[in-house]
Amino acid sequence: MKQAQHPLLFAAVAVIVSIAGCAAPAPAIDYDAATQQMMKASFRDQGIAKVDRLQQDEADAACSKALGAPLPDATRVAIEAANMKTVRMPSDGQFIGDWKVGEQLAQNGRGMTWTDASTATSSNGGNCYNCHQITKAEISYGTIGPSLYQYGKLRGVTDPAAPAAKPIVEYTWGKLWNAKATNACSDMPRFGHNKLLDETQLKNLMALLLDPKSPVNQ
Amino acid sequence: MTRILWAGAAAAIAASSPAVWAQQKSSAEGIAEYRAMLADGNPAELFEAKGEALWKTRRGPKNATLEACDLGKGPGVVKGAFVELPRYFADTGRVQDLESRLLTCGETLQGISAAETAATPFGRGEQANIEALVAYISAASGGMKFNLPQGNPEERKMFELGKRAFFYRAGSHGFACASCHGEAGKRIRLQDLPDLTKNPGNGIGFAAWPAYRVSSGELWGMQRRLNDCYRQQRFPYPGFGSDVTIALAVYMGVNAKGAESIAPSIKR
Repeated sequence: MKQAQHPLLFAAVAVIVSIAGCAAPAPAIDYDAATQQMMKASFRDQGIAKVDRLQQDEADAACSKALGAPLPDATRVAIEAANMKTVRMPSDGQFIGDWKVGEQLAQNGRGMTWTDASTATSSNGGNCYNCHQITKAEISYGTIGPSLYQYGKLRGVTDPAAPAAKPIVEYTWGKLWNAKATNACSDMPRFGHNKLLDETQLKNLMALLLDPKSPVNQ
Repeated sequence: MTRILWAGAAAAIAASSPAVWAQQKSSAEGIAEYRAMLADGNPAELFEAKGEALWKTRRGPKNATLEACDLGKGPGVVKGAFVELPRYFADTGRVQDLESRLLTCGETLQGISAAETAATPFGRGEQANIEALVAYISAASGGMKFNLPQGNPEERKMFELGKRAFFYRAGSHGFACASCHGEAGKRIRLQDLPDLTKNPGNGIGFAAWPAYRVSSGELWGMQRRLNDCYRQQRFPYPGFGSDVTIALAVYMGVNAKGAESIAPSIKR
């Protein structure tokens, strides 16, 4: 008896499973893969802005996928560590340039769009005032980033060359070189790492922020 | 007289403090006043008139008007169509925004090549006609509330893809749409930035486009607005009517549900 029942049971189960299979919703869409496909199909090269710019590194990919939410701690720490490794200190050990040139660079928002002629660092600005308050005199500043007014003064930097100032000076250089080294999903462009600004330009921005004579620190 | 004016100005300055705050306030107020002045006699009306004439004029190889064009509420229905776009269209099997839908109607009704129009630079040839048409069609929904349909699976898929495109960081600067438009109360320089992850309010963000740009004397549709956003994001060039532009419009439009459209508006 038992032996005869088994095939029937199996058949009944098989019918139920196949009905359930038909009624079940279509497999979930892999939206992340579909987004990659859509991005690839939607853009084309224009001038200096080529489609290879759509390729994301680990940081950009992880922060995109988070859709504005904070990253899991382990991911965040790993991304910051990987970006920290990219920071290159100035080759001659000098961090501070000319704050007057730095101010011009901070005002300059140009560079790297498809209407710009060259990807050379010399054709790029720092874009700083788009997002930050910097000097008191410039009232046309953005608020996406924190205020940098009195940046050096508030951090007690009276001589950027002094050993006491070294941690702040190196931290600031790292921020400019690759902001994701200390904040995985920072909105700030990675100026040194992505070759947007060269060492001399970065030194001039450093001076704007840290030179006691800079209007930032008055 | 001059002396009285100066005294008044001095009193006004003295009354507001601290000084920096007063300067900022007057800048923002100045911009608001400038916009209010411009809105009185918005040149977008000229584009609307041109667009209405284009809608009703026989053109193209098929010598037909656009009056049979289905913008989503049935052939020829213009009023209310704009605030429900982008939406799914069964005849093309695609979710389409106003501009890509106009390409379809231009091709099917008038025989004007959609691919050629899409490849034409903004402001030239058929693209200039598209701009006038979007001014006319959006104006017919002026004051109406955005209410994009999400009943079709393709519409829901485009919302999900649009959300991911909105947060997609890439390029030399690592910017996404969200870098500037993911939080309320932020600015670039003095320009206020709408938070497009939610409804930023009546006539703000998605509900303010198409718009007449005073600086260039042009009428910009959402396609051109997004194109210039991507330029400033340092991205490569988004195709006219490409899926990423439509997905973003679905995401912003659904988020703006209930916001009153003031299109075509006026911008600096």
